[in-house]
Amino acid sequence: MNGDAEKELATLLRAAIAGDEGAYAAFLGRTAAIVRGFARRKIVQGGVDPEDIVQETLLAIHMKRHTWISDAPVLPWIYAIARFKLIDAFRKRGHRVEIEIGDIAETVAQPEAETVSDREIGRALDGLAPGQRSVVAAISVEGRSIGETAEKFGMTETAVRVALHRGLRSIARKFGRS
Amino acid sequence: MQTNDLINALKADAAKQAMPLGYAWWVAIAAATIVAAVAFFVLIGPRPDFAAAAHTLRFLLKFIVMLTLTVVAFGLLRVLSRPGSNVRGVAYWLVLTPVLLGAAVVAELFVVPTDQLLTVWWGSNVYVCLTFIPLIGLGPLAIFLVALRHGAPTRPGPAGAVAGLLAGGIAATFYAAHCTDDSPLFVATWYSIAIAGLVVLGAILGRRVARW
Repeated sequence: MNGDAEKELATLLRAAIAGDEGAYAAFLGRTAAIVRGFARRKIVQGGVDPEDIVQETLLAIHMKRHTWISDAPVLPWIYAIARFKLIDAFRKRGHRVEIEIGDIAETVAQPEAETVSDREIGRALDGLAPGQRSVVAAISVEGRSIGETAEKFGMTETAVRVALHRGLRSIARKFGRS
Repeated sequence: MQTNDLINALKADAAKQAMPLGYAWWVAIAAATIVAAVAFFVLIGPRPDFAAAAHTLRFLLKFIVMLTLTVVAFGLLRVLSRPGSNVRGVAYWLVLTPVLLGAAVVAELFVVPTDQLLTVWWGSNVYVCLTFIPLIGLGPLAIFLVALRHGAPTRPGPAGAVAGLLAGGIAATFYAAHCTDDSPLFVATWYSIAIAGLVVLGAILGRRVARW
């Protein structure tokens, strides 16, 4: 039921804001499923990959989770963000059509671009400064912890946290820009 | 990057938390009031007969109207900066200020002799009003746009416009203490135009600044 989902999500997000990483991962996983359903229902003509919407919405939720009031309903908040990101994606797609040829030419000229993920977020990750990119990639794609990442790159844990946060923020900003 | 990979990264970043938006708005309104007060006292200051004027109904009415506008705009801006909140319920309150001011204008039309209407309407501070309300409001508007950026407005344009309205309300409240034209006719016309300038500026800037 919607009421149960609402209560469960709110509890998880409240715990996440209090510092529970496990609850946060559970919240994001469930939210991803909800947004995936929403995006698939709304995108009927194609052109936009629903999974891109899921990822952009999750990132936006992460960067803007301080806008949720802990006693307010969480589902309307999630849907409002997902809707905003979906509209944004359609709007951007309209712009992008004109520069598609330029994009292809660039990809052909740089063979390394072929290895990147086909997702928008993968492309944004690729545009990060090298330090931030390797930290974000180690934690996300390789699934390393903060501690393991610090060891791998010979950094302090604080430096890893800062690089991760800045990397995510800069990816989010890239999506926000028109 | 797969969605689960992204969740790994977001989870690891959970400890980095920004200031809750509710607090941020109170910080913003406090800062904006201070900035507007400084601009007001440095640029123009209160009128010399402030104490005597404070006993007249027309003078007090300016503050009632402008403070009403400020309170409603503040409430609406907070709602607009938060995804999924009930904007419409708060937006209705926007009619309060025009209704108050409209009633005051009607009363004024009955009270003031016809041959003096033009004089009180035009007053003697039109250009001062049109200059200093926007000028005092610029600092607050900048602060509110920063706060909007911290929030997540799903309609950045209207949110920016309301940021301009709030900045205008604060600026006009201070300006009212300077201006010697107390007629509701003057306030309804020139204050409105001056505040509208900030609203338009806010709408334009909001669309650029408050994207996310």
